[in-house]
Amino acid sequence: MAGIVGYGAFIPRHRIRSEEIARQWGKDAAAIRRGLVLEEKSVPGLDEDTITISVEAARDAIERSGIDPLRIGAVYIGSESHPYAVKPSGTVLIDALGIGPEVHVADFEFACKAGTEAMFVALCLVESGRVEYALGIGADTSQGAPNDALEFSASAGGAAYIFGAKDLLVDVLETYSYTSDTPDFWRREGRFYPRHGGRFTGEPAYFKHVLSATRGILKKTGMDPQDFKYAVFHMPNGKFPQQAAKQLGFTKEQIETGLVVVKMGNTYSGSSPTGLAAVLDVADPGDKILLTSFGSGAGSDSFVLQATDLLPERRVTGRKVWSMLDTPVRYVTYGEYAKLREKIILND
Amino acid sequence: MPSPRYWRAIPSRLRLEAVRCRSCENVVYPSRRICPHCHGTEWDPAELSRTGEVVTSTIVHIAPDDFAMEAPYVLALIETPEGARLMLQVTDCDPEDIGPGTAVNLEFRRIRAEGNSGILCYGFKAVPAG
Repeated sequence: MAGIVGYGAFIPRHRIRSEEIARQWGKDAAAIRRGLVLEEKSVPGLDEDTITISVEAARDAIERSGIDPLRIGAVYIGSESHPYAVKPSGTVLIDALGIGPEVHVADFEFACKAGTEAMFVALCLVESGRVEYALGIGADTSQGAPNDALEFSASAGGAAYIFGAKDLLVDVLETYSYTSDTPDFWRREGRFYPRHGGRFTGEPAYFKHVLSATRGILKKTGMDPQDFKYAVFHMPNGKFPQQAAKQLGFTKEQIETGLVVVKMGNTYSGSSPTGLAAVLDVADPGDKILLTSFGSGAGSDSFVLQATDLLPERRVTGRKVWSMLDTPVRYVTYGEYAKLREKIILND
Repeated sequence: MPSPRYWRAIPSRLRLEAVRCRSCENVVYPSRRICPHCHGTEWDPAELSRTGEVVTSTIVHIAPDDFAMEAPYVLALIETPEGARLMLQVTDCDPEDIGPGTAVNLEFRRIRAEGNSGILCYGFKAVPAG
């Protein structure tokens, strides 16, 4: 059986409160908090991008795994904000972490589920016996247009997972994917900001795929929601995952540990992987965990996971997700946010 | 920085690869041919911790073009537990809070971009610990 042998997460320290964004555009902050269930979001510094977030998350994953980085045979980074249009993010990462050069590297993109896409492929390569260890990462410095609902959620962060076949911290018991052509959110080549279909991103997109994938994996495994200690659903805002959980029969207690969106925002490809990292930070041996991602366009990947006896001792090192969310943070004004996100046009 | 020059510095910039003098055992970063402490010429590889302490620092108000958006920022001489000293930018901080003795962690960051269409240069910066 293959599973997770190391994991790590990284969240930038800058934050902007929902009230600050609402104030800028004359919107009702209380309505935003109530409607989207978002208190604040992470903001990348000028010197942070998908590559730097991936390296920091993967460094903790390698440390927790205790393996020699040279034994990692595949590296996949899922993101919709790769810094280069042409040049892989993964090549910088492998040289920074001492992986390779005997390694297969690729960058993935599938809106917000590129991270679990990378994790799925990494897992399958280990299961097939093609590589001994494989690294799958979801990370983003998400884009959201000014005065768009996305601006309240689009944030920065990510998580990294090393898959292997022995000394597992987490068993992967089953996977299931559900995909269809659904144009709910997109960004055309060369465009700076994504577009979306407003309410169309809900029922026919997020809920259809998240519910179908979760029901599919429950049926495949013969498990019920009450069999799980924790569940993590993709978090475009704080409202959708709570509604999806309720419709599927999961309780508030099962999802609250991984519901990082309220403080972190939506880190797109890094969203559900970071939620999973928050769960692994506290899960006890034997706990079962459900993970269902969602990526616009659209599709969902579901995983059924189970923590092993090794998890508590290995997670002692490395940064914890909720520790990064709670302290230390640096709050920025909308003006500083616009500068950090390079929304201001400057002369050459 | 031209791409080949950046590429040649990848071991030291991206992995913080340092060297330990076989003669006096001082750790030197980046690697060099002659030990600045004992003039020894034989070295072993040394790995640096991702932590350190500020030895001295200054605040840059008038920055080079590629760093103009980050001004004012701190440049500091950082000493790692191995005794190596690195000149690094200190980020995610209020510049006035940084001074001798400030404990820092070293994090992987984008150092600069070669204009709007050139390569992106990565390396390490210091961030206040805690």
